[in-house]
Amino acid sequence: MTQGKIVAGVIAPHPPHIVYAENPAQNEPTAECGWETLRWGYERLRNSLESTDFDSIVIFSPHWQTYVGTHFLGVERFQSLSVDPIFPNLFRYHYDLHVDVELSEQICNTAADQGLVTKMMRNPDFRVDYGTIVAGHMTRPAWDKPIVGISSHRLTNYFSADVMQRHMHTLGKATKEAIEKSGKRVLLLASHSLSHRHFTTETELPEDMSKEHISNHSQYLWDMKVIELMRQGKTKELFHLIPDFVEHAVAETDSGALTWLLAAMDFPSKPATLHGYGTVIGTGNAIVEWRLDEGGAS
Amino acid sequence: MSTIQGYILPGLPQPLLTPEANPGYGRLREAFCTVRDEIAASKADVLMIYSTMWPSVIGHQILSRPNPQWTHVDELFHDLGSIPYSFQIDSELAHLYHQKSKERGLMTRTIDYHGFPIDTGSVVALKLINPDNRIPAVVLSSNVYADRAETVVFAKAAKEALEEQGKKAIAITISTLSNRLHQEWIDPKDDRIHSQKDEEWNQKLLEFLRAGRLEDVAQLSRQIHKEARVHKVNNFKSMWWLASLMGEHNRYAGTVHAYEPVSGTGCAVIGLQPANSAARDLEFDESSPEVFAGDRNVLAPSVSHGMSSQSPEPGEGS
Repeated sequence: MTQGKIVAGVIAPHPPHIVYAENPAQNEPTAECGWETLRWGYERLRNSLESTDFDSIVIFSPHWQTYVGTHFLGVERFQSLSVDPIFPNLFRYHYDLHVDVELSEQICNTAADQGLVTKMMRNPDFRVDYGTIVAGHMTRPAWDKPIVGISSHRLTNYFSADVMQRHMHTLGKATKEAIEKSGKRVLLLASHSLSHRHFTTETELPEDMSKEHISNHSQYLWDMKVIELMRQGKTKELFHLIPDFVEHAVAETDSGALTWLLAAMDFPSKPATLHGYGTVIGTGNAIVEWRLDEGGAS
Repeated sequence: MSTIQGYILPGLPQPLLTPEANPGYGRLREAFCTVRDEIAASKADVLMIYSTMWPSVIGHQILSRPNPQWTHVDELFHDLGSIPYSFQIDSELAHLYHQKSKERGLMTRTIDYHGFPIDTGSVVALKLINPDNRIPAVVLSSNVYADRAETVVFAKAAKEALEEQGKKAIAITISTLSNRLHQEWIDPKDDRIHSQKDEEWNQKLLEFLRAGRLEDVAQLSRQIHKEARVHKVNNFKSMWWLASLMGEHNRYAGTVHAYEPVSGTGCAVIGLQPANSAARDLEFDESSPEVFAGDRNVLAPSVSHGMSSQSPEPGEGS
């Protein structure tokens, strides 16, 4: 069997606002416009990914929050309605997705072999979280590739960002090993924002872009710092900065998604491609792609 | 009196889904049944539920959908089973609560969407204490960014709405005491409180609440958060809401119906009935705001005080 491969790793932020502004048929609310810099960024990502083929998409989501171990979707098909718990006015999305259960089990088992606490999620009534759905929709709206859904073990909350780093580094390595053994070509999505301090009020028209900006300047400085490191291919330096980024910018990298992604890609020194940056209700969001095959925009 | 009694209830699903897995889970289930019977015998018009397991960002959210229905699965304990539900919500009260909150400077919104994900804690509690939907409920989120002033004012808005509609409520918070879960899968038969430290803090809380010292517990919330809670949010706020709604005093008779470990957390079913005399008021030193004036920007110059973070002395302009 051919050795499997991670074809690309992507930071794919999941604010429900960007699906809302796209007006897909699956989402009940409709918008006039909004968050175009991010939506155009996703468009560039989709164009870039057209030059490669892959079998499955692995999505790590901060909004499937587990306090005991890392969990993996383990049911072949999910069809239901996802209503955002924070922004139900913007995101009520009817989803129909397939899971690569075989790959899911392989990553789960490999991570367990390396000492992590893991669990397969086998309940067919389970509702897939909106972080998985938004990243999946914006990257591949046709939903024609099976996914692997990985939960966020809330280690930063429970222990510290340093403990999270250790565990998610192991999870990333286990993901890489399992993919290589699977013989599949796989796309990785780390579904998260960068700085993550929200506004605590919402404008009457959510897509009123005259009201959208970063929550505070210090967050912006941090976002630019980590983006520059990505663009320069300094992923090891970025890895070591993640705990400070979490503390200073309330970054959603507390979820472990970025640590997992960098470790799974084995800390590429190739510069990443920034497809777009924008704020959503005060948080900083970037669409960033590392191409690990020969094609792509990088 | 708009609130006739109060309860602190745990929100983990084991007492509902697997009460037989551990004798302690069974005792929690029995305690929920006791609460169910007490509520059925009460003259309450509404169950007012503040859930620490429903986080919100855009202020507080108030469930207003008259008859939400779904099949719920917990995101952590999904292997224990699915929970179909159909609840009755006091939509009229929910809307008035929203209005009263706005008048007090708070950001709130009502939630009336099919399929909205009601949290595990609220689902478990309503299934166990109000199985026939005999009394309508109003369910409230815990705003992750709120601190004490905002939470206290939110409770006062509830009181005002209840009084205006002439309704008597049972006030309920959904929360464990200590909330540290074991970090590996355990046989439920071997369940125990996560650590001796958590156990000691739980016992302290139980001692206070048995004595009816609700306001004292509320005043100690910051310390409890620091010592016995995983810091998912910026503070342990449920006691602020409960104490404020119930009158900001210690005149209660507390009953601990059960206290048991569930996956390492401290789960207690506690009832608070109004009493004629108060336990000692030892811990009161925080104010009781009536309106929320917003967050103060401590980094930028303060217009009202002419101060900045660089001012050497309070009151010195920058």
